[in-house]
Amino acid sequence: MMDAPVLRVAAITKSYHLQTSLASRLSRNENGHTSLRALDGVDLQLNKGEILALVGESGSGKSTLAKILVGGTTPTSGELEYHGEPMPAHRDKDASRRIQMVFQDPYSSLNPRISVGAMLKELLLLHKIVPRGEVRAESVRLLNLVGLEEDALQAYPSQFSGGQRQRIAIARALAVRPDILIADEPVSALDVSVQATILDLFASLQRELGLSILFVAHNLAVVQHLSQRVAVMYLGRIVEVAETSELFSNPRHPYTRALIDSIPRMTAESVNEEFVLEGEPPSPFNVPAGCRFNPRCPYAKDVCRATDPGLEPVAAGHQSACIRAAELPDHSIALSISATRKATA
Amino acid sequence: MTTPTAALVSFKQRHRAVGSRTIKAWYRNGSLMAGIIIVGMLVLVAVLAPILAPYDPIAQHLTNALESPSAAHWLGTDKFGRDVLSRLIWGAQVDLRVGFLAVLIPFVIGSVLGAIAGYFGGWLDTVLMRIVDIFFAFPFYVMVIVLVFVFGSGEASIYIAIAAVSWVSYARIVRGEVLIAKKQDYVVAARLGGMSHARILTKHIGPNVLSQAIIYAMSDIVMDIMAIVTLGYLGLGINPPTAEWGSMINDGQEFITTQWQQATIPGLVVVVTSLGLSLLGDGLSDLLSPERRK
Repeated sequence: MMDAPVLRVAAITKSYHLQTSLASRLSRNENGHTSLRALDGVDLQLNKGEILALVGESGSGKSTLAKILVGGTTPTSGELEYHGEPMPAHRDKDASRRIQMVFQDPYSSLNPRISVGAMLKELLLLHKIVPRGEVRAESVRLLNLVGLEEDALQAYPSQFSGGQRQRIAIARALAVRPDILIADEPVSALDVSVQATILDLFASLQRELGLSILFVAHNLAVVQHLSQRVAVMYLGRIVEVAETSELFSNPRHPYTRALIDSIPRMTAESVNEEFVLEGEPPSPFNVPAGCRFNPRCPYAKDVCRATDPGLEPVAAGHQSACIRAAELPDHSIALSISATRKATA
Repeated sequence: MTTPTAALVSFKQRHRAVGSRTIKAWYRNGSLMAGIIIVGMLVLVAVLAPILAPYDPIAQHLTNALESPSAAHWLGTDKFGRDVLSRLIWGAQVDLRVGFLAVLIPFVIGSVLGAIAGYFGGWLDTVLMRIVDIFFAFPFYVMVIVLVFVFGSGEASIYIAIAAVSWVSYARIVRGEVLIAKKQDYVVAARLGGMSHARILTKHIGPNVLSQAIIYAMSDIVMDIMAIVTLGYLGLGINPPTAEWGSMINDGQEFITTQWQQATIPGLVVVVTSLGLSLLGDGLSDLLSPERRK
């Protein structure tokens, strides 16, 4: 049973043009690349009340997509729908309120000269969330919601640790009562010991407030126990989408397998090093012909170098952009084979 | 799964410690304290000039001209028999007032234009910054002297001339700071919070970018006092017989071999004023940079 999407993007592209001097443009030969496609046709939907993880390497375009979703950047082309209605390119105060963002770096996302209380008060009054007399009570409620005490109100961001700053940033996002939260790698700048507490906070916000959350991460391990669905991004495209358990047990794209295998494990099977990606992701100025993953893919055949596959359903609620999705060896079998091979060697 | 309350943190203790540390930082900031003391004393002298000055600074007593320092005239008298000490004290009023006002006007104009150029960018930025480049191409004194010539000597034309020339520095400084600040995530967050550009520029970016301009303003006051003194020396400054340090140096230099104190003492006062303002600017830059506010 599919829930209603609260946010849906279709065929989103985003190109950046490199600024070049006139001289270099004149001397440039035919294969010069001056345009970069950060996003190259992205289809994705966020369902009501779910946490959808968006995972990919640096440069895969996940942050660009996050920015487009919150209205920080306008896409070059494509559609963005909110509750089935097209979202205007220039959002008014109320439209921007509904989709809020939590940033990666909690140090640059909080204004060093504005106290926590003043920051929350400004938002609460601007959007008339509560009457003036209840601003303080509402601010305290927000702080408690993210696990901070009332006395944080008069403090400045510099008085907090990274994890606490991220809690404040979450409280700020929640202040305007959004129904969608876009979290752009909100734990990757934090200490590992703090990461888990922030992940728990996101889970409890989803449970208690019914928020729909798009959680961007570059690491599958982070989202394994948090998200209901996972979308894997590679070089400006979504290459696989599935429910989290399905994705981990039955990955149908070689890139997803590589991401899963890159998670360090503390079991005997962790000696599995069969599937290690070679090389850097190709330059987005010069996307490979055919499947964009083919130069790094151990399963690549001639057909992969000729055809650019789209996202096709492989099972219920499971889509993959791999021509050989059905032919890929079962992942768990591949794991055990490598384990036995190691054992017999 | 831990509940959010497990991470409840108290700030009362840390908060108090930070408060007292800020006050200690003031005391420990040697250059700021020295600057405040020097500039504070000069301002006090200027304000209390009517009480402190033993004589009328412009009353001429030609019979007592060019007297050496004595109990009656601690710093002697000038060629018109005016008491040098009284003129020095009254001069503080004129030079400090003109110095501060001549900074305030370009500070406001330059900061506003620089902030707008940096924040909105585009053709507005290009046009404004090319105008700034044109102003920068001319040497400061050449422009000021030409403008004072055009408008005629006097306090008002000094303000106009200095404002016309020095707003460009503030525009450049503030624009550069705004360019950095507007890329910060807290500005993006404010946009997502539905705030207007005007609100973001004044409430969110402004307080973070003005400290550099304020620090520069301190050294700019020094520059402007030097400019007033220079203009006074060239006979283009404050109209005589108003007591002013630059014209005092100019008047006194004729008698440098016999009455050295007439030119030297006002010169030393200018140096001390500049030193005080420089120390103040230095101390402020330490105090205002947010990295230090731990």
